[in-house]
Amino acid sequence: MNNFETVVILTPLLSDDAAKEVITKFRTLLSDNGAEIIHEDSWGLKKLAYPIQKKSTGYYHVTEFKAPGELINKLELEYKRDERIMRFLTIRLDHDGVVYNERKRNGAFSKKGKEKEAANG
Amino acid sequence: MAKDQIQYVTPPKVAENRKKYCRFKKNGIKYIDYKDANFLGKFVNEQGKVLPRRITGTSLKYQRKVAQAIKRARHIAVLPYVTDGFK
Repeated sequence: MNNFETVVILTPLLSDDAAKEVITKFRTLLSDNGAEIIHEDSWGLKKLAYPIQKKSTGYYHVTEFKAPGELINKLELEYKRDERIMRFLTIRLDHDGVVYNERKRNGAFSKKGKEKEAANG
Repeated sequence: MAKDQIQYVTPPKVAENRKKYCRFKKNGIKYIDYKDANFLGKFVNEQGKVLPRRITGTSLKYQRKVAQAIKRARHIAVLPYVTDGFK
């Protein structure tokens, strides 16, 4: 069981409901295969740094979960098949990454940036 | 024969160079988040290219992590691959 983090960019042309439907689809896919979802974060529509599939904005969704390694291939295959997903990135989080994400969730990072947090920690 | 002024072979530097340090080692930062465009923007020049570590003062270990984070950020369109006037 490793900690993973996935960022998914959905097309901006989807309605809010359709976007949520895609997200729940992958949430159920994860939990049905024995993954434990630690955290989900929807950034919503954001401007892309460069056009993807001729579109300039995208609906971002970040998921952090714990899963056995074999699940990732299956997950990414589903990402590739779904046409509503423009980009995805799956990363295995090492120990430092897990600690960082936890602290971020607990609000240890203010707008001033990481130097301030490190000075306190 | 009195000397009017001292002449050095190599003149001393008037303004001492500020010591460059690795900000990650100094502040104890272990993980670099690829989703944070504002932070990663410090390691990128106006064209979006990764800055060399002799300019930023980063140590080798963290420079590699920074570069990897920037490449991931480019993949998820949080940072551009090439641009003009990024900052």
